[in-house]
Amino acid sequence: MHIMYFTEQPMKTYPQEEGDRLGYTALLFSNRFFDPVAGSRLYNEYIEHYQLAETVGFDGVMLNEHHNAPFCMQAKANVMASVLAHATQRLKLVLLGNPLPLAENPVRLAEELAMIDMLSKGRLVSGFVRGGGTEQIAANVNPAYNRERFDEAHDLIVRAWTQPGPFRWEGNHYHQRVVNPWAIPLQRPHPRIWIPGVSSPETIEWAAAHGYPYIVLNATIDICKRIWATYDAAAEAAGFRAGPEHRGYLIRIHCQEDAERAERNAREFMWMQGEFVGLLHPIWGAPSGYLGPKARRAMAEIRNGRRAMAGKLPFEKQAAAGSIIHGTPEQCIAQLRTLLEETRPGILSLWGNDGRVPHEDCLSCIRLLGEEVLPAVREIGEELGLAGPFDVNAPVSLAMGKPVELGAEGDHSWAE
Amino acid sequence: MSFEPREVVAARLRVPVLVGGEGAPLVVLHHDIGNPGWIPFYDALATRHRVFVPTHPGFDGVDRPEWMRSVRELAALYRWILHELELPSPYLVGLGFGGFLAAELATLAHGTLPGLALVNPMGLKPREGEILDQFLINSEEYVSAGFCDREAYHHQFGDPPDVDQLVIWEINREMTTRVAWKPYLFDPALDPMLPGIDAPTLVVCGEKDRIVPPICARQYAERIPGARLAEIADCGHFPDLERPDELASLILGHFVG
Repeated sequence: MHIMYFTEQPMKTYPQEEGDRLGYTALLFSNRFFDPVAGSRLYNEYIEHYQLAETVGFDGVMLNEHHNAPFCMQAKANVMASVLAHATQRLKLVLLGNPLPLAENPVRLAEELAMIDMLSKGRLVSGFVRGGGTEQIAANVNPAYNRERFDEAHDLIVRAWTQPGPFRWEGNHYHQRVVNPWAIPLQRPHPRIWIPGVSSPETIEWAAAHGYPYIVLNATIDICKRIWATYDAAAEAAGFRAGPEHRGYLIRIHCQEDAERAERNAREFMWMQGEFVGLLHPIWGAPSGYLGPKARRAMAEIRNGRRAMAGKLPFEKQAAAGSIIHGTPEQCIAQLRTLLEETRPGILSLWGNDGRVPHEDCLSCIRLLGEEVLPAVREIGEELGLAGPFDVNAPVSLAMGKPVELGAEGDHSWAE
Repeated sequence: MSFEPREVVAARLRVPVLVGGEGAPLVVLHHDIGNPGWIPFYDALATRHRVFVPTHPGFDGVDRPEWMRSVRELAALYRWILHELELPSPYLVGLGFGGFLAAELATLAHGTLPGLALVNPMGLKPREGEILDQFLINSEEYVSAGFCDREAYHHQFGDPPDVDQLVIWEINREMTTRVAWKPYLFDPALDPMLPGIDAPTLVVCGEKDRIVPPICARQYAERIPGARLAEIADCGHFPDLERPDELASLILGHFVG
């Protein structure tokens, strides 16, 4: 099993009462509430968290990016990954991921990722996402072409990584006179690509059609099972049988020696108006054209106040449903066992800290997760046969097959 | 007045067209919020003209040109649609977004248009202010912002508008996104082309247009040779729905003159 640590990197000093007053905490929530002094401190604390995660036994860290919102301070996952390439030695750097449609030049993205892979000596996992609705507006990229751009940017990046240049790319949304980046990934044929998501069936099917693992972002167990059904059917159509190495799951979990303190801190998962991320706005959350025609009627109703958005479940309900876990190491292990039995992922991401959890409590949470929870989870994983992609040396993708072993210096086999 | 629905095909897209009245042919290019059907404004124009109102491809649920990414491309397609309608030289009236479209079309149609009327036209970057961003608000807020007279809004669209109407607006927002997301509802390449328009042009602005800053009408009038500027007092972005007779009489007077 591949187990990684995740945090949204919350901007925990933003004034929550302002968000409550306005009713939103994204896009138009003014950055006059951003405090760069706190920002500087927090970025460095988060690096410390990742370093501790490595020390206490995590296999990787999951990084992401968002824009114009205090719930996530990472405006560019590649920047943090570059730092961690040097600040850590062993952790896989799992980017979930770069929002491809926001890229105006995917070749530049391919170069950045290749640099991160070389700097980290082959530890990059390069996930890709469509980007949330608000990100399309924040980056002012046409939401109507989001999926087309995602597909095309992906194809261009994989080709830039695997086919020697120079070559020319005349696509539908991207046009490159010369593709010939003077940086290619260390990992051959290319770094692993994992695809995170919540529910969009098109993305699940797309991931399966390529043989990429799909990482379920904290959906309920029932929704997760539906996602696997969609994935499995698409995998079968693509000619393979999906296993735990194709399945990832992100769970919110906060662990402390003291159960009461664990619960108090776990409530911080609800810090932004009780929302997952504070992004769910009826208009900007899914700008026109971002979703397919099937969602049109519902969106027309939601945008104009004729239908409520999906309700925000209170903490107690989320905890009861198992989508937030908190407690002592023993309590966390017991709940994780249920989750693993039900969802059977080979990739597990532990979202340990959010909101205004104090730095010291973040560190003790990570330490307990690593030293006490992880060994038990690994045993459960063994028992349930939950091998991750690295354990079974899974193919990088259907098209590219198995990874080439690292270390053959001067290996130019990619060019053949 | 009676009208008939017709249909033409261009670029493999079926384009519905409402046709009514008798006289010299006149084409109306509708707003970004869609074609509201045969409205009193068209009746007023049809007293002196044979009025053609096509529904823009991609709007109101009609065939969508998946390849289209700019208003100028829509204008080029309109040259084809007018050809299919056998209208080599119609009078042209453009409303709001349709005004943007009509201006683009006029820059591609030298020597063919006997008259042009641009009503609260989008298409130019306002010298002052900004075109209201519909993508940060909902459809009801956007459409109602285009009216001075809230009664007129409800009279046209219902109180409140029903969900089918909201869905139509949603479809139209999507098509507007596809062709005018960035720059938002203007084309930097239009302004330098405006001096080439040779049709006698009337530019109309609603004094209280909250969607397109009224200065845009003045910018058009300054750039199109010989253009006249008229203002409708106490009127918003949709004079065709709010003040149909007054707008029609301005336009008919201009086309006769």
